[in-house]
Amino acid sequence: MLEVKNLYKEFNNRPILKDISFTLKDGEIMTIVGPSGAGKTTLLRIIAGLETKDSGEILIDSQAYDSGKVGVVFQDYNLFPNLNVLQNITLAPTMVLKESKEEANKKAYELLNRLQMNGREKQYPYELSGGQKQRVAIARALAMKPRILCYDEPTSALDPNLRKEVEKMILGLKKSGLTQLIITHDLQFAENVADQMLKVQPLSEG
Amino acid sequence: MSLKYIGEILPALFNGATMTLSIFFWTIILATPLGILVSLGEMSKIKPIKWLVNFYVWIMRGTPLLLQLIFVFYGLPIIHIVFPRYQAALLAFVLNYAAYFAEIFRGGFQSIDKGQFEAAKVLRLNRWQTMTQIVIPQVIKIVLPSIGNEVINLVKDSSLVYVIGLGDLLRAGNVAMARDVTLIPLVLVGVIYLLLISICAFVLKKLEKYFSYYR
Repeated sequence: MLEVKNLYKEFNNRPILKDISFTLKDGEIMTIVGPSGAGKTTLLRIIAGLETKDSGEILIDSQAYDSGKVGVVFQDYNLFPNLNVLQNITLAPTMVLKESKEEANKKAYELLNRLQMNGREKQYPYELSGGQKQRVAIARALAMKPRILCYDEPTSALDPNLRKEVEKMILGLKKSGLTQLIITHDLQFAENVADQMLKVQPLSEG
Repeated sequence: MSLKYIGEILPALFNGATMTLSIFFWTIILATPLGILVSLGEMSKIKPIKWLVNFYVWIMRGTPLLLQLIFVFYGLPIIHIVFPRYQAALLAFVLNYAAYFAEIFRGGFQSIDKGQFEAAKVLRLNRWQTMTQIVIPQVIKIVLPSIGNEVINLVKDSSLVYVIGLGDLLRAGNVAMARDVTLIPLVLVGVIYLLLISICAFVLKKLEKYFSYYR
């Protein structure tokens, strides 16, 4: 369970996020929607540990926040171009979680299977389409066993007709018990997958 | 042009070429890691380190290598810092080339997308793992063509050690020319440089090809 309480963030004395509070229960999907400039991405970056908050509280399972429990699927995926699909997924589990190579490979194959990406283990990111890169990014994040998986605009870089595919995939991951937090400006998509929606608006200046 | 004469002077030229190659290899081996360190210094958030390193690069790139060589070997002894010839040459070359390498590596590091560092961070890779597994492999691919240019320059620049009296390839040719009053040694010296540089270019091309497995 992810709890965010009275989160506040400013850049150069200009408030970006104010009084953001929500609770995301295990196994649920929450979407955060709003126009660009509303601080959605900043909120995700704070939850991912890439940005500091100015005040407020973030708890995971009622414990002090630990960025290691959050996985992130970036808007442009940020796969490592010098590593193939399998290496992208197994790098962190072997180096950080100290899993054996066999164990990490086995898990990676399972994840790729689940995401219908089998057979692409030895391909490099440049050989993949946007949708395929996204699946690899999801597998890479899941291999670190996060409590919560965050997505930054998962539909924005994809063909419109792939949106349904992403919906199906995200709902499929939900069935397996994954807790997901999704930043999007695509309202239709957000409504289709969300158990809970949070709307953020740009804060007026002054 | 007699083959017999060529046969007579070739050993001396090859002997000189080993000095040229020795300067060449040791400069690359020492200047590359130093260049990476200096480039990290250039990007350091600690201001004094940044200033110091920028000053060093400014001096090394802003003055002739020939002056630096003369300074180290003939100049420093005046203030009682004495290096033997070979060490003096190597010191000047390593310091000079590290500065050029540093600028190239800095460009390489800065062209790595910020997203790569962020992805590594959320995967909890530490700084060392991020650098060695993700950043440096990508930087090498990016800088390879520019480093290749410098490497080829280095083969030719190594002939500057002539001025401090080291017996390199050029000196061997010059000695033979003056002694025998013939152009042949200088032509041969040119041919040997061409050969060395062609080998370098070939190896660099192979390396670039190796790194083309991804984009």
